[in-house]
Amino acid sequence: MSNSNFYDDAPVEAPGKTFLDSTEMVLNMGPQHPSTHGVLRVILKLDGEKVLGTECVIGYLHRGVEKIAENRTYAQFNPYVDRMDYVAAVSNGLGYCGAVEKLISAEVPKRAEYLRVILTELNRLASHQVWLGTHALDIGAITPLFYTFREREEILKIFEKYCGARLTTHAFRIGGCQYDAYEGFDREVLAFCDAQDPRLDEYEELLTTNRIWVERTKGVGILSAEDAIALGVTGPVLRGSGVRWDLRKAQPYCSYKDFDFEIPIGLTGDTFDRYVVRIQEMRQSLRIIRQAVAGLPEGPIMAKVPKVLKPPVGEVYHSIEAPKGELGYYIVSDGSTQPYRVRVRPPSFVNLQALDVMVRGRLVADVVAVIGTLDIVLGEVDR
Amino acid sequence: MSVAPLLRKIFLVDLIKGLSVTFRSQHPDELITEQYPLERPWIAERYRGQPRMAVNPDTGESLCNGCGACALACPEKLITVTSDRDPVTKKKYMTSYTYDVSRCMFCGLCQESCPTDCIELSQDYEMALYSREGMTLDRVRLEKGPEPTEYAR
Repeated sequence: MSNSNFYDDAPVEAPGKTFLDSTEMVLNMGPQHPSTHGVLRVILKLDGEKVLGTECVIGYLHRGVEKIAENRTYAQFNPYVDRMDYVAAVSNGLGYCGAVEKLISAEVPKRAEYLRVILTELNRLASHQVWLGTHALDIGAITPLFYTFREREEILKIFEKYCGARLTTHAFRIGGCQYDAYEGFDREVLAFCDAQDPRLDEYEELLTTNRIWVERTKGVGILSAEDAIALGVTGPVLRGSGVRWDLRKAQPYCSYKDFDFEIPIGLTGDTFDRYVVRIQEMRQSLRIIRQAVAGLPEGPIMAKVPKVLKPPVGEVYHSIEAPKGELGYYIVSDGSTQPYRVRVRPPSFVNLQALDVMVRGRLVADVVAVIGTLDIVLGEVDR
Repeated sequence: MSVAPLLRKIFLVDLIKGLSVTFRSQHPDELITEQYPLERPWIAERYRGQPRMAVNPDTGESLCNGCGACALACPEKLITVTSDRDPVTKKKYMTSYTYDVSRCMFCGLCQESCPTDCIELSQDYEMALYSREGMTLDRVRLEKGPEPTEYAR
């Protein structure tokens, strides 16, 4: 933009200053604002249209999932994790099941792992499609939403056929998968992959070169690599800042080392880079799905797991690369049928912290773009 | 400004590019909106909807043996099973069964735990009611199964 001076002279907040100057004002954005993707409330301190500081108020969707876990058996808690990041429920299930399997040292059969990879990557596509559609909608491009949701519908149909639910899937069980692939599963998944490639080009045709999109996203919400690492940001937000960190490569879990894929990274860490990273990630996901379907082994889908699960006393942390970043489960077992403590490390909650760094000194309209690009789900932020 | 971006700006190249995507999807075969009450949506075989209890088709007896595994498996403790023991055959049998669907999240743990494949989640999904009162299903309702609503224009 030509008037770059406008951004540069944003005053840094003086320490200990509690009152507003006569030119400053406070604006509540949310919790019912449509572009906060749920019930996020952001208190903005403004000087005209310039953002001087933000504060996030969260907890409107708090359901006490971690506390619920202490009163459920390990198998019973499994459906609740789907309700945290409801856009990517399958990934949540993978993380939780993986953590409990680590705790009881269960060996998941290869076929179950491949099925898990296929479904999780499909879920990554679905999650990124929701992100792309709503993010573009926030910025003013209404068209991509229709196309992304059309394709997401096909993924949800595959989920419904596989496990009987579309959104809160409860697809995996501790020790493997409950359901085997249905008749024609591989054919349908491959057909979806083949249809999805040109559609990703369509999304890019709509956005990547679109002048309005480029001007609304290039240079907006820049997060440097040092800031990103210092804030603990993970997922596409971190990779958009140019850090090549993906748990699927860094600490391979669930047979991810069998597959050949790349980690796309951005250069400057602005909103446009994160958009490019996520689009590339969708292409990489398709690559993984194709390899997993081609190499889907025969065999059992469930490990030998006792009916009444009594893990040994101990604690475990297991994290996976969810569509939004590192999703970790920390489980403490006291040897009984119910966990002593379950702590979830949600990617959205941690990524949301970067909001202040990214919007300070920018305009109010950029806050909308930055919340969109962080790809938060409030069910996961508040749990 | 160099010439190429200027020309792109004048001739609205990005607008035309975007609209070409829109016009490519105009064919009537591309319509994907379902006219819901008139057109019933496709439901998968494994769909988890309203619960029902299976009966033996020959004798009309319930398959439930009153073991209570579903009540134990349910994370929200929505199922209540009472059972009694036959004084002659010493076999356990179910005396009453209630299922509170108002808080059910259709996780399917009950049907997985059932040793006789009695309780199952059916393909019916139209369960909306104006109050929670009718949502506790008893044995009669569960054995009768879902009654899909017919719509007429």
